[in-house]
Amino acid sequence: MKPGFVLTMARRESRASGRRLMTLALAIAAGVAALVAVNGFTSNLRTSVARQAQAMLGADLAIESRSELGTAARALLDSLDGEQAQYVAFSAMTYAPAGTTARLTQVTAIGPCWPWYGAIRTSPMSAWGRLADGRNAVVDPSLLRALGVTVGDSISLGETRFQILGTITEAPGDVGIRSALGPRAFIPFRYLDATGLLGFGARAEYGSYIQLGEGADAQRIAADWRPRLREERARIRTVADDQNRLDNALTRLGNFLGLVALVALLLGGLGVASAITVHIRRRIDTVAILRCLGATGRQVFGVYLTQAALLGLAGGVLGAVIGLLVQQVVPLVMTDLVPAELDTGPAWGVALAGVLLGGWTALVFALLPLLAVRRVTPLAALRRDVDPIPAGRDPARLVAIALLVLSVVTLAVLQAGNWRVGLGFAVGIGIALLGLRLAAGVVIGLARRLSRAPLAYTSRQGLANLQRPGNQTIAVVLALGFGAFLLAALALTQHNLLATLDVSGEGVTRPNLALFDIQSSQLDGVRGVLDQGGVEATAPVPMVPMRIASVEGRAVSLARRADSLPDDSLPRGWAVRREYRSTWRDTLVGSEKLLDGTWWDDPRTGGPARISIERDVAQELGVGLGDNITWDVQGRPIETRITSIREVDWARFEPNFFVVFEPGVLEDAPQTWVTMARVDDPATRSRLPRQIAEQWPNVTSLDLTVVQAAIEDLLGRVSLAIRFMALFSLVAGLVVLGGTVATSRDQRIRESALLRTLGARAGQLYRIVVVEYAALGLMAGLTAALLAVGAGWALARFLFEIDFAARPLALVLVILVPAALAALVGVWASRDVTHRTPLETLRRAAE
Amino acid sequence: MIECNQLTRTYTSGGRALTVLKDITLRIDAGAFTAIVGPSGSGKTTLLGLLAGLDAPTSGSVTLDGHQLNQLDEDGRARLRAERVGFVFQSFQLIPTLTALENVLVPLELSGEPDVARALGLLSDVGLAGREHHYPSQLSGGEQQRVALARAFVNQPAVLFADEPTGNLDARTGQTIVQLMSELNRKHGTTLVLVTHDPALAALARRTIRLTDGEVVSDTTT
Repeated sequence: MKPGFVLTMARRESRASGRRLMTLALAIAAGVAALVAVNGFTSNLRTSVARQAQAMLGADLAIESRSELGTAARALLDSLDGEQAQYVAFSAMTYAPAGTTARLTQVTAIGPCWPWYGAIRTSPMSAWGRLADGRNAVVDPSLLRALGVTVGDSISLGETRFQILGTITEAPGDVGIRSALGPRAFIPFRYLDATGLLGFGARAEYGSYIQLGEGADAQRIAADWRPRLREERARIRTVADDQNRLDNALTRLGNFLGLVALVALLLGGLGVASAITVHIRRRIDTVAILRCLGATGRQVFGVYLTQAALLGLAGGVLGAVIGLLVQQVVPLVMTDLVPAELDTGPAWGVALAGVLLGGWTALVFALLPLLAVRRVTPLAALRRDVDPIPAGRDPARLVAIALLVLSVVTLAVLQAGNWRVGLGFAVGIGIALLGLRLAAGVVIGLARRLSRAPLAYTSRQGLANLQRPGNQTIAVVLALGFGAFLLAALALTQHNLLATLDVSGEGVTRPNLALFDIQSSQLDGVRGVLDQGGVEATAPVPMVPMRIASVEGRAVSLARRADSLPDDSLPRGWAVRREYRSTWRDTLVGSEKLLDGTWWDDPRTGGPARISIERDVAQELGVGLGDNITWDVQGRPIETRITSIREVDWARFEPNFFVVFEPGVLEDAPQTWVTMARVDDPATRSRLPRQIAEQWPNVTSLDLTVVQAAIEDLLGRVSLAIRFMALFSLVAGLVVLGGTVATSRDQRIRESALLRTLGARAGQLYRIVVVEYAALGLMAGLTAALLAVGAGWALARFLFEIDFAARPLALVLVILVPAALAALVGVWASRDVTHRTPLETLRRAAE
Repeated sequence: MIECNQLTRTYTSGGRALTVLKDITLRIDAGAFTAIVGPSGSGKTTLLGLLAGLDAPTSGSVTLDGHQLNQLDEDGRARLRAERVGFVFQSFQLIPTLTALENVLVPLELSGEPDVARALGLLSDVGLAGREHHYPSQLSGGEQQRVALARAFVNQPAVLFADEPTGNLDARTGQTIVQLMSELNRKHGTTLVLVTHDPALAALARRTIRLTDGEVVSDTTT
């Protein structure tokens, strides 16, 4: 084959089909833009994280533990040169002495010097430097707003007060969303004890930041000490560990968004296939002539394949440029989800990959419709009555299909970073496309039937257009439907996730105020305050902190699952290491279901205490009915036997427990209480915590409407990012739609002119177009809605394990919006058909 | 130059076999100008297609310029066409997306020697100097057919097949085209096979083969 001929012809041939082939390039561009934007963003993010990792920790090393640092941790700290800053982080109520409300705050009591790397920026700037000078605090701006105070005012925290020196404007490693659950407040470490907040039942993280001396190797120290620290349930973190962890998380995030972007590219591929099909149909004569003049089938095939690939590359370049621009916008929709200051420099490598990907996608999707070109007989140039493409099977089709499937799966796996997810994604796309393909078949069938039904002429004509030879019904339904499906499934899932958490919606009577960490001695007092406020609270639920000491008589190992141990049979993993907060009860509650075993209806008789364990923990621990677990309750061992296994619906703001004891065992153990209430009046809801915090600073009040808002905000941001990517699919779908309209334009112009000659009015012509495209969009939307309900249900049921509710109103939108969009595009593309006189149109068409 | 032996072509249409050509045996010498005439449906164009290797016979064989066509595969026949054969069609069959010059260049591009000067020379020979960059749609029917002639001769073919080359042209333009064809024929020594049902056109040929219902009914040389 002479490459000269192929290239020259490909170039010359493209010139005349600009508009049609432009569609092809645009279809690819949308997908490439999405991918380049996401991958560029992720790649920049990872670079940023790598650059800022040390500033994020602010130190070389950190040790942290859920209890006060033990002997090994102390020994490590003593052995190190360099500087250290102790810290304790906990949640507590803060309030303005003169204010009427209190706010749950994430307090960190921090020693001087930290951070050694990076900086905590405050307003005014000097605030951080003066923190250690006295009873000072530096807080998140949101705390000022919540408490109605300003810089210079004091806030009460436990049994003492701190003066606010300034607000945090920027801290290394800050994820904005983190402060949504509770604003942060930093106080000097030496005044921690003065708060009196770290009594029994307080949940706090104890730790130390360390700046190592010259020549010390953080990784080595961490590796040496990790096993000993783990025995004390302490963790050691290095800059590299943090960076790895973040890098993994960000890669997963990028991979996920990339998959959504990939959908846009695949839809672009469909657009290519559709554009090529039409293109080839119009080029059959040219192909026959070329064959006549002595071009081989392979040469002609090469001409059009080169054309497709070049246009794909052009689309790739355009997409990469758009993607690099969009990449500057992505940080805006991702604000507060990422911990690093972002580089927004263009990611050239990603852009180049995008260009090549565009070319490749165009190539593999063009392959199938192009194969026919090889078989065009030269005789067709000589005789009109010859079928230009002889009938018969073409084994190359199988190869083309295999290549296409392989490409899609490979892309999905690469983008997912995991073959299982990638394969699942590819299969999911396959199912959705199959559904849409079936729907398109139904459209064509219905159109055939309805175009003979006793309808208005314009409707019949419009419907008939859906099934005329060379119609693009399938391509449009696939492309438009997929974008709509994606957006709808997303919206449904988001809605269902939020519905579970709703405590403030209309008609919701779930509790919206939770009070934690109430000491037994404070119980009556707290209830008194609630009663006075006219608030009815649920019966208080006791909580006893405990750890697992042994399972079936075997001491537990604190090693992780991944670590290799001499005795691999020792129980280990998160379920062994974690601290349990268990309760006792004589009945099941609404959020629980007994799966196996029996509940204790009879009073306790002695022997090991009976417990009921949650299914997932039981599985993780590898225990079942009749197995024994020994608990360490504040140093005292308690023998128990599993007599039932429960399923728990965690997706509610209710006190739920992994382990429930039978009554008569834990009553004397150190315990705290939780109570919940429904308070509809916002003023009361903010006043009560203030009152309680003043009297009993250790009691934590959580306004669940605030939590709900924070989670809604987080989900909203995440889904904004996903929706943003999904939008590209819709754009790709619209490009395909526009492309098909453009390709059927000549035919449409001729027909319209003919109809005009026969006396059709412009309104009638438009009605035909509207019927045709609205029907297309309607069917695409309907299928998208059905698929979205299916996908949303499956996600709710199997992934999130929540109730599923379809939102009829939203689904109606999903059906109507594509219909309206399609009709609009149709009318827009046909606008000048009706503006010209019939003669003008006929003359032009004849040229 | 061209030989065919017991050439038969049968099409199946609607389950019925339809024999369009029956047992044709003939020989056309190099440099000759031969007309194939006959009423519509007599099998003229089918015969032309078979002789040019655009179609495969049901039985029989064709030798073109020393090559047994049925021993060549489709690519082999294409190569032979590219190097040794030129075509002129009733409906011109220019590639609408290429300019006049580019259309003429196609056979040269195919053989990897795009000689622009040569193509321009031929366009000037057919009287189209200055119209090289026009697209087919910007040319009249006669002009289009002249481009097609230039294209047919550009690779100096041994054989030129013309299928009703004047069929879509008015009488005067047709006349010019035929004159051009015979001039080029003389100038290049090309074997010319012309299918037509126009007696005046056929009269220009030295040999006339008449077909009726797929059979040769007369073969006269003047």
